[in-house]
Amino acid sequence: MAILDKLKLWGLKKSPWIYHLNAGACNNCDIEVLELLTPRFDVERIGVLLAPSPRHADALLVTGVCTLQTKPRVQEIYEQTAKPCLVVCLGACACTGGIFRSGWHFAGPVDKVIREVDPDAMIVYIPGCPPKPEAMISGIAQALAKL
Amino acid sequence: MNGLHFWIAVIVLGFLGTPILGLFFKWIDRFVTARIQWRKGPPFYQTYADVLKLLGKETVVSERSSVGMFLFAPVLGFVGVSVAAAMLWAVAIDPEASFAGDLIVVVYFLVFPSLALILGASASGSPHAGLGASREMKMVIAYELPFILALVPPILNAGGTFKLSQILSAQSEGVLLWSGSGFLAFLCALAVMQAKLGVVPFDQAEAETELMGGVIVAYSGPPLALIYLMKAMLLFVLPMFVITVFWGGVHLGGWGLLSTAVKFVVLLVVIVLMRNTNPRLRIDQTMKFFWFFVTPLAIAACVVSLYAH
Repeated sequence: MAILDKLKLWGLKKSPWIYHLNAGACNNCDIEVLELLTPRFDVERIGVLLAPSPRHADALLVTGVCTLQTKPRVQEIYEQTAKPCLVVCLGACACTGGIFRSGWHFAGPVDKVIREVDPDAMIVYIPGCPPKPEAMISGIAQALAKL
Repeated sequence: MNGLHFWIAVIVLGFLGTPILGLFFKWIDRFVTARIQWRKGPPFYQTYADVLKLLGKETVVSERSSVGMFLFAPVLGFVGVSVAAAMLWAVAIDPEASFAGDLIVVVYFLVFPSLALILGASASGSPHAGLGASREMKMVIAYELPFILALVPPILNAGGTFKLSQILSAQSEGVLLWSGSGFLAFLCALAVMQAKLGVVPFDQAEAETELMGGVIVAYSGPPLALIYLMKAMLLFVLPMFVITVFWGGVHLGGWGLLSTAVKFVVLLVVIVLMRNTNPRLRIDQTMKFFWFFVTPLAIAACVVSLYAH
């Protein structure tokens, strides 16, 4: 069994498929996420693919301040994602609420929203407005190394 | 009759060797695609890591799906491709293992992946998957007729037999591909191969930019791994079938192994280049392409081969 677990972990580390979830972002982080797939950064080198559906994904890339309207949807998508999965809070808004944290529509930072449905969720924070593609790659690589 | 060790070898090659080779082919596909787009591309173990990861993940099943068929469909598709592969391996190792009508049986088993995707997608209860299933059905209706017609010249060339070993031995003096009718039929088979693989320009059933994965949208974990394996194996089995029927067959010893590898590489390069230089067609354009362009071409190939013999 130990060998099987090691193989599973190896597979998980070498092929993290990401699902990109916009929880109410200004689109700046989203543009930077697409940058990751371009020839300059090419995250397919470390096995990252953009998954079309949360059920295929190993990491939820959540961008933007979590609004009252998207909160139940973010929680439902997290529940649909096949475990084990990482949640990556991408950008200042997803990590803390950023400049929108006093807005009337702010439902709480993404980590709190996810912890409401799963207290043991694995959450990674990549701050920045928007984070540089290098920062995203480094954040995901460090998170995978700690699995 | 062949001994037990022959059948064990065939089963091991069909069910174990084909996935390993298929995943390798899938890596070549991804790597060449990356290089065409000026990217570095994934490492050689990437596809194996993908499958191992998917096998270790949780299976999410929707409340609205009918669970039994949803989980059975990937197994059906995987087994279908494996059996087709095992039959082709058996003929490649020892032509004596061929039986009357095995060409038809292989063609039947090659329909299994599409059938499995249609069944699984319809059982999953997701509207995206439903749309994907309807498109996959239209694709099957579109490409099966030219596929069968394209197999007529090899059958006539072998004197009207459905036996793979006789189709092979009829090509021992001259490969069918280099005759007029054989070449036309081969072109049709290439187009059908692209559609059966479900890659661009014929990936309407999956279409991840408009249907979010279409037929496979609701799958996760081990069932998704089986579908991934099934698609990877098709990338190996369909070229193997085309080589067996049109291009003198697969040889496993000496210089034959080298020429077989070259044939596989040529077919794979054609698939990858078509995939990377074409946009996705609409489903009605696909049906028109197969019915009004590929089918007449296949009929022309049949007529030419009738006159030649």
